[in-house]
Amino acid sequence: MSDPIHPRGAKPRHLTPGRIGLYAFLVFAAAFFLLPFYVMVVTSFKTMPEIQQGNIFSLPSKLTLAPWVTAWAKACTGVNCEGIRVGVLNSFKIMIPSTFLSILLGAINGYALSFWRPRGGNLIFAVLLMGAFIPYQVYLYPLVRMLSMVSLYNTLPGIIVVHVIFGMPVMTLLFRNYYAAVPVDLFKAARIDGGGFWTIFTRVMLPMSGPILVVAAILQVTGIWNDFLFGLIFAGRDHLPMTVELNNIVNTTTGTKAYNVNMAATILTAMVPLIVYFVSGRWFVRGIAAGAVKG
Amino acid sequence: MDSSVSVRDLRISYGALDVIRDLQLDIAPGEFLVLLGPSGCGKSTLLNAIAGLIDVSDGEVWINERNVTWDEPKDRGIGMVFQSYALYPQMTVEKNLSFGLRVAKHSREDIDKRVARAAEILQIEPLLKRRPSNLSGGQRQRVAIGRALVRDADVFLFDEPLSNLDAKLRVDLRVEIKRLHQRLRSTMVYVTHDQIEALTLADRIAVMQGGAIQQLDDPLTIYNRPCNLFVAGFIGSPAMNFFRGRLEEGADGVRFRGQGIETPLAGYDGDTALLPGREVIFGMRPEHLLFDQDAVGRPGQVEAVVELEEPMGADSLVWLTLGEARLSVRCGSGRRYRPGDRVPLAFDISRASIFDAETERRL
Amino acid sequence: MKPLRLRRLSAQAALIPTWVIVIFAYLGTILWTIRISFTSSGILPKYDFVGFEQYERLFRSARWIISVQNLAIFGVMFIVGCLVLGFLMAVFLDQRIKGEGIFRTIFLYPYAMSFIVTGLVWAWILNPTLGIQHAMHNWGWTSFSFDWLARGDRAIYMVGFAGIWQSAGLVMAILLAGLRGIDEDIWKAARVDGIPTWRVYISIVIPMMSGMFVTAIVLLAIAVVKVYDIVVAMTGGGPGISTEVPAKFVIDYLFNRQNIALATAAASVMFVAVLVVLGPWLYRQYFRKERRAA
Repeated sequence: MSDPIHPRGAKPRHLTPGRIGLYAFLVFAAAFFLLPFYVMVVTSFKTMPEIQQGNIFSLPSKLTLAPWVTAWAKACTGVNCEGIRVGVLNSFKIMIPSTFLSILLGAINGYALSFWRPRGGNLIFAVLLMGAFIPYQVYLYPLVRMLSMVSLYNTLPGIIVVHVIFGMPVMTLLFRNYYAAVPVDLFKAARIDGGGFWTIFTRVMLPMSGPILVVAAILQVTGIWNDFLFGLIFAGRDHLPMTVELNNIVNTTTGTKAYNVNMAATILTAMVPLIVYFVSGRWFVRGIAAGAVKG
Repeated sequence: MDSSVSVRDLRISYGALDVIRDLQLDIAPGEFLVLLGPSGCGKSTLLNAIAGLIDVSDGEVWINERNVTWDEPKDRGIGMVFQSYALYPQMTVEKNLSFGLRVAKHSREDIDKRVARAAEILQIEPLLKRRPSNLSGGQRQRVAIGRALVRDADVFLFDEPLSNLDAKLRVDLRVEIKRLHQRLRSTMVYVTHDQIEALTLADRIAVMQGGAIQQLDDPLTIYNRPCNLFVAGFIGSPAMNFFRGRLEEGADGVRFRGQGIETPLAGYDGDTALLPGREVIFGMRPEHLLFDQDAVGRPGQVEAVVELEEPMGADSLVWLTLGEARLSVRCGSGRRYRPGDRVPLAFDISRASIFDAETERRL
Repeated sequence: MKPLRLRRLSAQAALIPTWVIVIFAYLGTILWTIRISFTSSGILPKYDFVGFEQYERLFRSARWIISVQNLAIFGVMFIVGCLVLGFLMAVFLDQRIKGEGIFRTIFLYPYAMSFIVTGLVWAWILNPTLGIQHAMHNWGWTSFSFDWLARGDRAIYMVGFAGIWQSAGLVMAILLAGLRGIDEDIWKAARVDGIPTWRVYISIVIPMMSGMFVTAIVLLAIAVVKVYDIVVAMTGGGPGISTEVPAKFVIDYLFNRQNIALATAAASVMFVAVLVVLGPWLYRQYFRKERRAA
């Protein structure tokens, strides 16, 4: 063979400039996305004097847990100085029933719309689609009035009802899409076996809805936890969720700003959805894809 | 040896798993070679390795006397057709055909000439302005073949091109591909799991199993003289009848005895001597059994009991029990059989295959 | 067995809560809102009729005009930024790289956090006295100046920037799923055709993923129209009224400034705008397809 190199086996791989650039971009992007989290964490462990002299990117010279204690139990929201712990409890009280009820309603709707083709089904579907896309501002004022009429405004059940109402479009679309992929023959077979509306739902459809229930739960837990607007307007002073409390703590005008306390409170607020995100992993991505409501 | 495609000492592994090991294959210029085997046998992997679409772990690939082991697919002088057509969905047929040429900066006239020729050969001129989504499956696959055609390739690679088509179209396009080969006289390597496609199209068939070529021969040899039990069982539909037993010395030479069947083996077209005492598997294709009137007066004639009949139009398949064995026979559709009928049966030993029970190789 | 009609009846009964919500909470509220926008209501609703007076007031209001302008700036920056960054990340993650899972997790985690958290963090980093600028001075770059968050003409860009940080991962996730869904054979065919990778992306893959892009754009556009939390957390609408947005305008006039007629007029404008933009898309996406399937 005159060829000095005789190609045989796998082609030798070289690290090309393109490949290096690719990793450089990814590492740079990762740094950009991680930076705020890093700043949040280091700030929350610094003392205020250090924050005022030092720079936001440096590690704390001596670790202090005081900001966390203050954020949890002593930070002031206006006149109340009970920390963010009240908000945590409120957020759970709002999130758990809202998640459960909105998923239940969405599942029933999705099931009824996909298999039973009820009268007016298309109208429901159209309104829900619209509801998923239209800014909430349009509904707010009349909804406040309606809830006051039935004495639900500024109550815990009131804010739960609001979450169920506005969670319904996405939940319904989610389950409708999921059930649309279930073979109709399965439904027909269940009908021939004598199953009624509820029997088929609880015995056939729900048991095979595991994946979508997980996705729905992820969407609702993070979505309701992260809500600010509804909590602000509908929850009432005694049930303000954590996001609203957090904003009140940070934007309280009394005294000097305690940035370390603010950041500790911010991390605490972000904690629940972040845990959901890291634990659920690929399911979260599935939730996004499903939430993207592809027809 | 003058070869168009040559694969030498090929090994492909994913981690510790060898998908293909120590494989040799030489394909002559202008030959139509079919890689045939069940799914997971490594046939598509081999084709992709020839195309340069997957990295080989060891060994070499030569195309037209050139070592292309490290070459990009586009530099190998190949055209390829895929099972899923892999047409570019947002482009018209014409753009699909010409896209590669335009990227390679061919002149406008050259591109037009090649596209026109391919379109003429495949009779897709009326489709040139359409998009793949507006074409039927058969039309799409023609366009996919056209895309390989415009590349003026020396070697065409087909990866199960007809598997996504319905039965009728599959037959039509099969004929079309054969015609194309006769017209172009290019080397073609064709992967399929369909034995009818393999038998009808191939100059030679490579039957693959477990990442290795089991037998590489012309279709009739593969069919009539399968080199081992796997090939014998894989080729032919309905499958060959197998009987377990042993070879024995008899008055008229070596005999087969097993599963309640006994027959002299005089006239067997074997590769090695038949030694008495050996455990063997005796194989007969359903169409090579002598049945009813044909069997009368033949040596080793026996009587079998009809279990059921499957009329198939041109002929019928009759399922029989004989001793402890159950077997199928293909026969003319002239006469109907009823369950329980007793019919004479004989073996045409010259067309039988006998395999060593241990090595499963043909004797 | 119960007769068929009864079974359908239980399906209808199961949908009663849904009907109540649809009729009262969705359709009823929209009509009510639009009705109020044609009145002269102040703190309390008054059911007179003053025609388009509130709408005229609205479009004479500097604050509303600035809100709309800000929405446009934020919207364009946010959507384009998320699409470009998200697409690049998706494509780069699709190159069989090491540590894909880690990178993907890092790129997407901001999306799990609320706009409130996002706004507060970035407000802190961009804090004109103690944030980036201070850090740079500390590191010896004393001439460094970055006070956009405190400048009326620049603050909205910083809000957009924080928004991109939060949502680019969403686009990445959607497009990466799209890229993974592309037939492996298309890539093989393109390699046999000798088409360079970047060209495959531009000429073949992007057109194939147009549906995914539309989905991403719609999701981002919804976030744009609803944008409220991040402004509240990051700037409170300031400095002055320089980062006000329509959603905040409505809330402020409803609950703080007690001018519900003007607020509902603004809400109605938002409603109609969204309906005009999204209506045709929704119809095409859901109902036309439905009919074809049936």
